[in-house]
Amino acid sequence: MPNIESAKRFTAAFFEREDDLIAGAAEARMAGFEVYDVYTPFPVHGMDRAVALPPSRLTWIALLAGALGLVFGLTLQVWTSAYDWPLNVGGKPFNSFPLFIPVAFELTVLFSGLIAIGVLFARNRMWLFSKRRVFERVTDDRFVLVLKQSDASFDIDKAVRLFSRHNVIKVVEGDQFV
Amino acid sequence: MWRPSGAGKKTKGNGDYKYSVPTGLKDRLQKKQMAVSLKQLEPNEINVAGQPATFEIAHPVYSKLRSPLILGRKSNAEVTRDICQLLDPKPGRGWWISLSISFVLLAIGVVATVHTVTTGIGTWGLNRTVGWAFDITNFVFWIGIGHAGTFISAILFLFNQKWRTSVNRSAEAMTLIAVMCAGLFPIIHMGRPWLFYWVLPYPNTRGTLWVNFRSPLLWDFFAISTYFTISAVFWYLGLVPDLATARDRTKSKLRKALYRVMSLGWNGSNRTWSRYETVYTVLAALATPLVISVHSIVSFDFATSLIPGWHSTIFPPYFVAGAVFSGFAMVMTLMILVRRLMHLEDYITPQHLENMCKVALLTGSIVGLAYVTEIFTGFYSGNPNEIFVIINRGLGPYAWAYWIMFGCNALVSQLFWFRKLRTSIPAIFVISILINIGMWFERFVIIVTSLHRDFLPSSWAMYTPSITEVGLLVGSFGLFFTMFLIFLRIFPVISINEVKGVLGYAKH
Repeated sequence: MPNIESAKRFTAAFFEREDDLIAGAAEARMAGFEVYDVYTPFPVHGMDRAVALPPSRLTWIALLAGALGLVFGLTLQVWTSAYDWPLNVGGKPFNSFPLFIPVAFELTVLFSGLIAIGVLFARNRMWLFSKRRVFERVTDDRFVLVLKQSDASFDIDKAVRLFSRHNVIKVVEGDQFV
Repeated sequence: MWRPSGAGKKTKGNGDYKYSVPTGLKDRLQKKQMAVSLKQLEPNEINVAGQPATFEIAHPVYSKLRSPLILGRKSNAEVTRDICQLLDPKPGRGWWISLSISFVLLAIGVVATVHTVTTGIGTWGLNRTVGWAFDITNFVFWIGIGHAGTFISAILFLFNQKWRTSVNRSAEAMTLIAVMCAGLFPIIHMGRPWLFYWVLPYPNTRGTLWVNFRSPLLWDFFAISTYFTISAVFWYLGLVPDLATARDRTKSKLRKALYRVMSLGWNGSNRTWSRYETVYTVLAALATPLVISVHSIVSFDFATSLIPGWHSTIFPPYFVAGAVFSGFAMVMTLMILVRRLMHLEDYITPQHLENMCKVALLTGSIVGLAYVTEIFTGFYSGNPNEIFVIINRGLGPYAWAYWIMFGCNALVSQLFWFRKLRTSIPAIFVISILINIGMWFERFVIIVTSLHRDFLPSSWAMYTPSITEVGLLVGSFGLFFTMFLIFLRIFPVISINEVKGVLGYAKH
């Protein structure tokens, strides 16, 4: 007998259509189940709302990274061209600010893009030797909804009844899926 | 108006016209239901008692305005199968023959490069008057080709053009390869290519002599390297979920290991998808001005100089439109070959090609307008040197190149006004190749005709490419096709996850 209090148990429901998945997930959440995560072969639009996932804050990271790139680009150019070793190039002013805009723009884009994607990989713990498990066929054509059995009040029969209204293919229980 | 093949009669319901489900689809749905109910239950599976797993699939209602993007009514599993099965089997004879030809071209390029580097730039046909010619033409040509991929993946993404999903993967790969080909030319032109890193502003032993940030040639370096990096990252990000699909499907051990490492443990979690889409949108928003900046900066190489015919404010928009134009021509050429050779007719449909033709028509018209505007501003300036350049281009010793350029770009692209030609694949193929030729000549005309008649008539000269320069051009095509053919064998050619997302495009 597994100790329900301590065991980390999950229930996974497999669907074949994204509409069933969205409806199932939304209804499960309304019924008081804790949705652990959803696994889909492609981004299902409306899923974030169905499981009440707040919008990602990565846009702010990209904005800050872009600002960093801009400041770095401008500082680098003004410092090297006007302070560290000023060179007279065709009589142009040492601090030829308008001519520094193209490189500053490129560095803004470079910093913002690379840092945003770096943070994305770090936040999702995606890396070269990741050993995460993957649900069967989820990268192909299956949609999986995973509920967390947070306490003893979790009613598996209720969950199964709920999912069967949404054309569930199978429901699986397990300790650790992913 | 598009009607599903084999569709029944119109039935009126809820005030909307609906089409009844085609019989073929009905059969397939029934078969699917049977297959599911006969499926063996797994040991730890909870039987949904008394609930046969049946599907009540609502009758799909097809839009009267939208035709489906992917033909053949594919299911998600069929999309996976169709794209992944291109990867596993051993490559056929056609692929090996194409690779061998590309490799021979590449070898010619390697010989030409070695000859240039060991002997010097004197092996080229340049002279004191025409100091830039063939290699800068090739550089601008390849950079231009490299504009279509990111245009398709970033700008069309922001404009919510769903048809991009079938072509974005290979167009982006084409972009990356074209930018690599482009980058080689200025590096070889440096004469001492092993010192190319001197364009980086890094602390050095020359008293830390910094680079000249006021030079457009330096801006070029920053623009192209940023463009390459962001395009590569963007392409890879889109590839990760598909590599996971390939990883879970392939039988080959080597491929499995490669895909496992490259897919970074992707498991399709919705939290991951949510962040992924956020970053994808951010990258698209960043890449959009980037695409425009790259060719604008390339045009500054010319526009900030005082050479008649180059010193013009029209250059940035003219170059960007030309770049997208030539890039789309190259994408169309490649996509027509890929869909035919890899049997992707259901994924890259005449509709996709027609949409690309429309983009080519628009940008080609902008290019044509720019040609005419150039003539007008040349005369309007009242500057005798400008007027001379305009007349010399159209009637001088390089008039043949000018009229090839004018005909292939401004005139041939106008053929896309005709729907018959926009939807005929052989016609698109021929026109796209003519545009590629025309756009190469555009760069040749801009560079050589402006330079070969100097301010001093005693310096006037003609330019003929040497065999080494032709070898470099041939070699760049060899490199391009070699890498593209290798790409076709290693990575899913079509974005599997994005195509799955648009399968229901024509349904409400």
